[in-house]
Formats: sequence, structure tokens, C-alpha cells
Amino acid sequence: MKYCVGIDLGSTTTKAVVLNEEGKVMGRGITNSRSNYEVACEVAVAEALINARFGLIEGKLQERGVDEKTRREQLEELEQGFRLAQYLDQCNILREEMEPLTAVAGEPFPEAVGGILTGMEKEASELFGKGSRRKSDFFRDLAGSRYLAMAEQVAKDMELSYDQLVGLFDKAILRVENHPSDADAFGRCIRAALSATHFDSEVFRESVEEAGSLELEQVGSVGTGYGRQTLPFPKEDIRSEILCHGLGAHAMFPGTRTVLDIGGQDTKAIQVDPQGIVTSFQMNDRCAAGCGRYLGYIADEMNLGLHELGPLACKSKRSVKINSTCTVFAGAELRERLSLGEKREDILSGLHRAIILRAMSLLARSGGVENEFTFTGGVAKNEAAVGALKKLIFENYGEVTLNISPDSIYTGALGAAIFSHREWMRSDEEEKVSA
Amino acid sequence: MSSKNQQAYGQEGAAVQKDSSQLRQKQMIAAHYDRLAEAEKTGEKAVYTFVPGNLTELMLTFDLLPVLPEINALQSGMRGKSRSYISAAEKLGHSEDVCTYVKCDVGMLKSGNVGPTGKHLPDPSLLLLSYTGCFTFMKWFEILKQEYDCPVVMLHVPYQADGKITDSMRSYVVDQLKTKVIPVLEEVSGVKYDEDRLKGLLANSAKAEDDLVAVLEMAKNKPSPIDAYFGGVYYIGPIFTAFRGTEDAVEYYKLLRAEVEERVRLGKGPITPEGEMKEEKFRVVVEGPPNWTSFRKFWKMFADEGAVVVASSYTKVGGVYDNGFRHDPERPLESLAEYCLGCYTNLNLPSRVDMLERYMDEYQADGLLINSIKSCNSFSAGQLMILREVEKRTGKPGGFIESDLVDPRYFSAANIKNRLESYFQMIEQKRMGDAKAAEEKEEVQG
Repeated sequence: MKYCVGIDLGSTTTKAVVLNEEGKVMGRGITNSRSNYEVACEVAVAEALINARFGLIEGKLQERGVDEKTRREQLEELEQGFRLAQYLDQCNILREEMEPLTAVAGEPFPEAVGGILTGMEKEASELFGKGSRRKSDFFRDLAGSRYLAMAEQVAKDMELSYDQLVGLFDKAILRVENHPSDADAFGRCIRAALSATHFDSEVFRESVEEAGSLELEQVGSVGTGYGRQTLPFPKEDIRSEILCHGLGAHAMFPGTRTVLDIGGQDTKAIQVDPQGIVTSFQMNDRCAAGCGRYLGYIADEMNLGLHELGPLACKSKRSVKINSTCTVFAGAELRERLSLGEKREDILSGLHRAIILRAMSLLARSGGVENEFTFTGGVAKNEAAVGALKKLIFENYGEVTLNISPDSIYTGALGAAIFSHREWMRSDEEEKVSA
Repeated sequence: MSSKNQQAYGQEGAAVQKDSSQLRQKQMIAAHYDRLAEAEKTGEKAVYTFVPGNLTELMLTFDLLPVLPEINALQSGMRGKSRSYISAAEKLGHSEDVCTYVKCDVGMLKSGNVGPTGKHLPDPSLLLLSYTGCFTFMKWFEILKQEYDCPVVMLHVPYQADGKITDSMRSYVVDQLKTKVIPVLEEVSGVKYDEDRLKGLLANSAKAEDDLVAVLEMAKNKPSPIDAYFGGVYYIGPIFTAFRGTEDAVEYYKLLRAEVEERVRLGKGPITPEGEMKEEKFRVVVEGPPNWTSFRKFWKMFADEGAVVVASSYTKVGGVYDNGFRHDPERPLESLAEYCLGCYTNLNLPSRVDMLERYMDEYQADGLLINSIKSCNSFSAGQLMILREVEKRTGKPGGFIESDLVDPRYFSAANIKNRLESYFQMIEQKRMGDAKAAEEKEEVQG
């Protein structure tokens, strides 16, 4: 089965979207961007293909007449088993990478770290059990938080330096992340998952095996995002993220005329025509104030998780006016306001409004807001940012339809995938003509 | 093409550039700065003045040597000196928002007043302020007056608010030339005003202007033999500075014109930092000055994408000649007045929009790109309006980037490259979309 892929190599995460011959989305994958961009792309694509195979399994089950409820249950359990097997695989690699490092550190580090890793493996099934919630699906975050928790205990028990234990992990995780994936990883994990499920039906087994063994052949790829210059792609397969976001938003919401994308380090205001072709754009220059990282910084300052900011800000009854969108100044303003006794939610509400005000200026300079308006990027998941945006859009441009897709983080990758698909169809066409 | 061939192209390109007009310009500039360096010994007097509205022929009539602070500033930017000059000016209290040409110039002055060729520049005997639209010029010379304690003469050129030059505007300027500027020049130089000498110089100017216009208009060819922005800034060098009216300038432009005509004959594209451009993919019109601190890098970002600038407003800041204006020996002071009144910086926004729209049509450009200068308060205002209006009139996409003249802190390479690439891809997409629409229309009609 042939497919093409679009990859968006962002400053924080790398996303991949896989399309089939009909141009339909087969799968989406995401990973944290790391020092080695090539590996980040590889992992994102591998994740998208895993997602695609789960889609194929569902198709097979459907073909065999399995009802929706059963399908959902079966796939959920299968995926949990799969993620667990994948996690254990990675733990294994972590162990391999840590061994030489602990040997250098000397006694009793091999024993201490070995103990932590064994502990992590033992409790892994809880992480991926039914109904379990994880703050992140990236191995770095998952393993990191468990390792740190256990290291604290081990350091105390064995009277070891906690910092040294953490240092060993930090070194090893870089190597784990840049580990090339082996060809049979999917097969191995799916087999493990299958043997662990309690759905013992022939239909289920056959569906998984058929979908799992389908040959997937990549016929095209297009890259975009900040890291695109370093992608191992020929120049003609690289597109600007502005074009990709425009086209991706158009594909998700065909009525889109204006797109606002607030990512980790840049904000883009884009105007598109009815075909999704970009007609004008503006982006932040030289300074990333008012972007996603700003929220990350504020979260750190307040000792909160990034995902907690929005809900807390939404509780505000009286938003505090924050003047500065400069991340550093905002931090100072935040501390000052707190010391004056302002409520955290009121300050946070003001900070969200400050970000959106900056985006409003970019929107105005790009040509304003036309109906429909699509909001993408990581910040689109933040309800306080969305609330502030809605209010300001209404005040400045009147009633406008606001689209936010739950898959908005994949907008750029989707646009890139569509470019790749167009190229694929074009070369097919040319082949037909020349034949 | 093999890398060996590419190299050969590059070498050939470099050879063409160095052998003829480029080399000649270099010699002219070096000789001028040598003369300036010797001025304090030879007793020759220097007059500081600005590029837009410069009265070079008039200064030369009195044997005065022109010094152009903006040119020194941009040269400092290209030679990597501007960062320290700007810091020196900031130490003296000039704020971050001040025009970076001014800060670079002040910093250079405070660092020994060593010019672009590494030689000392003489103090001014006069500051000749021909005011043509940039209000910073007045403040700049106020600062220099304090530093040098020398006389200042200001020629007030009325802004073309209604987009045309009236008789009263012209005579207002001519009167000032007669009653203010010329008497001061006579006094400073000790030379009597000789109108016949001025006429001779103006006749030379007109010849050089004819050739310059011919060179710039050759960009209407496909492929364009020149880059009218990055290459263009070299072509305007002599005529915008100390050489307008000289035999040297006449010779230079004759030579340049012949070279470019030859490129047209051979169907060659422009020479870029990467050698000769192989394929012209995009033709754009640019508004705003280039960035000087990363000039080559900036140019390369265009060249790498196959983008050629076919016309630019920046190459008109020291004189608009492609609308038919020429210095006229028969009407010496009147034509100098018209020259000042007609400078790009003295045009109102509607006239600038008309001019850029005309360029888009006549040069068959794919779009208008604005490089907005962060520290320029005079000319950044209104640029988005210009962009939208030209887009509306031509239906061609506009692009907007931001950088600075000579402050390297304001050149964010990754960001500018990102925007430029997006812009060129946007043009390409639009072009493909238009072609598809035309095809479909044909199918429907057929």
C-alpha cells in the first residue's frame, strides 16, 4: 500500500501526517523535537505509520462485521498493550545506554541505576493500564518523571548524589532519543500487545495480522517547519510552513480565509484564498514574545503545568491589565502583581489577553480577519487564549466563525502532506501520459 | 551542471564585474577619498551633504568636495564597522530608536572620522542641507553642527503633497539657491559663481542620466541582465554621490551601459554573489533600502531562490530619472530645483504607489516586496498601505520583511529567509493556481 507523508519539524515538536492514494489521512504522529532532526522525523513518521496501522486494523475489523463498540474496546486494549511494549522496548535501550555510563561513574551507581530501571519496568503496566492518564506520551517525559521520582528515593536510601543520578539519565536519554529504530519494532510490539489482550477471537487476530503485515511503501514526502533547512530532503520537497499552515487549515475547514497560528516560537497571521493558496502573511520578527514559549515561561514562574494555565485563567472574574508581552518583563510584572496581592487567575487572564493582543496586531497587518477564521498551533488548545481571542475578534471584526480543530497541532504537517500528495498525483499523471 | 562548471560561471562573472565598470568605479571612489584625505594639506574644502537632493554640480562649480554621511554609514555597515560605531553613539546618549545611519555616522566621527577606504575624512567647511522629505536630516546636521561648529545652509524643498511640481514651488527653490545657497558657497569657497561652468557640468549629468536610465530599463528584458536592487545599488553609486556632472561619471555610465547591453545580447542573467544567475524564476519589485550589514547574505537569499529584482524605489532616492527628468544646462537652477523636488523621498504616498504600480506592469514583475527599515521613522510609515494598494491594483502578491540599514542586531537571518522563501513559494503557488484556472476556463470554453 502506497502512502505519502508531510513532516512539520517545529521548535518543540515534530509532527507527521500520512495520506493514502485518495488523499485521505491514514495516520498522525508526533514526537518531541530533539538535537538530531533526522531522528525526530523518523520517529514522527514511524508514529504516524503506527497510527495508520491501527486505522487499518479497524478497517479490517469493520470489513469482518465487528460492531463499533467492540471495535473500540478491542483497539483501545490493543493500543495500551502496544504502548506498554514500546515503553519497555525503550526502557531496554535506556538500560543499554546507561550501563557504560554507570560503569564509568563507579560503584555503587551500576546497582543503584539498575534498581531504578527495574523499578520503572515493574510499574510500567500501571502507566498504560485501562483508563490511565499520562501528562505526555513522549518517552523522555514519561521515563524522566518516573526516573526522577525513584532516583530521589534511591539517593536517600543509598546516600548517593541525586544530581549525579539525574546527570546520568540526562546523558543517556539524549542517546536513547537518537537511537535509530529497528525495522521490526512495530511487529514485535504488536505481537506482544496481541498476546496480552484478552480478546481471543480468530477475527480479531486475523485482522491485526493482516493489517500489521501490509507492506507500506512511501512514495513521497514534503517537509516544513523551522528545522526544514536541515531536513534530509531535496529542496523541491521543502515548503514554507506558512504555505503549509494555510493549506492545512483550508483542508480542515474549507471555508477558511484567515488563519492564526501561535506556535512555540512564532506567530503567523495568514490570509488564504478559496483554494487555500496564501495571499498575504505576517509573522513576528526577531522576537518570540507572545508565542507559546511565553506561556511555558509563565507556567514555570508560577510553578504550574502548561496545561493548567488556561483552566486557571478562565476562573478569573477581573482580568488584570498586563502591558508587557516581553517574556522577561512579563515575568517581573507577574511577580510584582502577586506581591500586590492580585489573584493568580486574574493575572493569568491578563497575560493571555496580552498574547492575543500581539496576535491581533499581526492579524491587522496581514489584512484583517475574514470569515471563516481558523486558529491553529499549540496555543489553540488553551481555552483562556481562545476566550481572549474570541472577545477581541468580535470587538474588532464583528461576528466571525472561529474554527479550532482538535488536530490543529497537525495543521502544518497536513498541508505538507497535501503538497506531497499533489506531487504524487502529478507524477502519476505524467507517467500515464508518457506510457 | 557540475560544480566545476558552476565555478567557471562564478569566475567568469567575477571577471566581468572586476574588469570593467566595477573596477572603474572603485578607482573613482578611491581617488575621491584620497583627495579628501589630502584636503587639509591641499587646502581643498569639504561640504557634507545628503544623497537625496544633492547639489553636486553646484558644489563642483565652486571646487568644493562633497562628503555624503549616509554613504559613509552604509560603507561602514558593509565593512562590519557599524556595530561599534553605533555603540559609541549610544554611549553618547543616542537612543535605540534613532536612525542607525545617524548613529553610525556620529560613532565614526567620534572614532577618528576614518572613511570607508581607511583614510581620514576632513572636517566640513559647510553643512549643505538640501531638505527633501527626510526630517531626520535636519536633526542629523544639528548634531554635526554642534560637533564641528561650522556654517549650515538649508535649502527648503517643499514636499510634493499634491503629487505635482508647481511654478511657485520651483521658483521658491530657485530663489533660495540664488539668495542663500550660492552666496554661502561663494563665501566658503572664495570662488565666484560661474554659471557657464555649472552648465557644462549639468550637460555631463544629463548624458550619464541617459545611460543610467537605459541600464535600469534593460531589466525589462527576460531574463533581466541585471539585478536592479542588489546590483542597482552599485550602478547608482557614482551618480548619487560625488560624481554627478563629472567626465568620470559620463565614462562610467557609458561603459556600464555597453556591458549590460552585451549581457542582453547574449541573453545572460545578472551576476550574483553566487556567480551568474542560471534561471530567472521570480521577478520582483522592491521598495525600501537594502540591509547593509548582511548585504551579501541578503542578496544570496534572493539569488538562491532564482529571484531577480527588476526594479526598485531605492535606486531612485538620489534622483528619479526614468520619468523623463534630466538636468538641463539651458535651465541650470530651475532644473536643479526640479531635481530636488522630484526625489523619491519628496514624493507623496499616492505618487509612490503610482510609480511602483508602473514598475510592476512595465517590468512584468510577479510581486512587490517591501523591506521595512526598523529605525527609519520617515519612510516606514505608509508602507503597508502602499503594499495593499499595489496588490489591489495589480492583483500580484505583496511581501513584507523587516530589517535595518546598518544595525546588525536588527538582521534576523533565519526569520528573513523564512519570510522570503514563503513569499516566493506563495508567488509560485499563485502562478500555478492562475495557470490551472486559465486551463479550466479554456476547457470549458473549448
